Amino acid sequence: MNSLKEFTKGFLRENPTYVQVLGMCPTLAVTTSAFNGLGMGLAATSVLALSNVVISIIRKSVPKNLRIPIFITVIATFVTILDLLMHAFTYDLWKTLGLFIPLIVVNCIIMGRAEAFASKNGVWAAFLDGLGIGLGFTGSLVLLGTVRELLGNGTVFGLELWGKAFNIFVMILPPGGYMTLGLLAALFAFIGLKRKQRGEQK
Amino acid sequence: MRVFLILFSALLVNNYVFIRFLGICPFLGVSKKMDTAVGMGFAATFVLVMSSVITWLVNRLLISMGLSFLQTVVFILVIATFVQFVEFFLKKNSPGLYEALGIYLPLITTNCIILGVALLNAQANYSLLEAVFHALGAGLGFLLALVVFAGIRERLELYDLPKPFEGLPIALILASIISMSFMGFQGLIKL
Repeated sequence: MNSLKEFTKGFLRENPTYVQVLGMCPTLAVTTSAFNGLGMGLAATSVLALSNVVISIIRKSVPKNLRIPIFITVIATFVTILDLLMHAFTYDLWKTLGLFIPLIVVNCIIMGRAEAFASKNGVWAAFLDGLGIGLGFTGSLVLLGTVRELLGNGTVFGLELWGKAFNIFVMILPPGGYMTLGLLAALFAFIGLKRKQRGEQK
Repeated sequence: MRVFLILFSALLVNNYVFIRFLGICPFLGVSKKMDTAVGMGFAATFVLVMSSVITWLVNRLLISMGLSFLQTVVFILVIATFVQFVEFFLKKNSPGLYEALGIYLPLITTNCIILGVALLNAQANYSLLEAVFHALGAGLGFLLALVVFAGIRERLELYDLPKPFEGLPIALILASIISMSFMGFQGLIKL
């Protein structure tokens, strides 16, 4: 039960994008389509889960003053492995995501989880935490990517819904990224406020 | 001439914050007040220029040893170490400057603009001078974005907004509008 909670807290309650506002750069930059968002999310999730596991294993032998450089090295190693694997097996996706794959190293979500969770908890819990937060991140990216792709291009995951009939081209340009994320964040804040009000009435 | 094209391309046309989406976390985090925005902007510009010189040299070394796949790991460690050194140096030699910029320095290590510019320099195969101007343009562009944004946000505090829009959402929508105006520079410089 407890481990299930560790796993699912990243989906909504501690969602990295809308609640903690971390990892904004890839969130805005690569979500021009739902598929790119999914690819970026899964890439970050794999790094997050694996680096959480390794950091949790070595947590007792890491001196306190040196922990940040050591954590960064662990994360950077996994990112390099991922970069080379994606170059070899998913070349198109690797090309679209471009610079943002090596930049997973400085994604604050990963460093944040290493510091706040993996360096204090057991291996299994750290793995579930990484996986859960990572999937929450993936979910936010796919949601953002879907909205932008639908409004900008009339498609979802490349599947044509209404095609060229109704396109707001700016949605897949940089301003559209900020706009969509801002409106979605306002929507989540609105839902949060409504739920709170209902709680008070009871 | 080419170096100035690179400078203005990084500063305006491909502004790192509004067009390329790098360095968003500090951009949203420290843009609530004008003086912190200016401090962060100058600290980031300084670190950007210095670290791009260092990573350029390190990159040459890596290429000559045939280890260029280690770029990401080595760059981030070099940047983290360099920022730490700057912090020690400032603390010892100019406490005034340390007071002003010190708190931003640790934040800068995880600012993706620094690593991003270092990696782009390596990718585009810039010469040392070109790399420095690219970094300078990126830093000044970041400073410009922060100052413009902080100026508007300070005024925004005074207005009565619908409850769900307070804080992050209105900041993002504001960024969207500024980003749209930066789109106007698109296609001005072709490299």
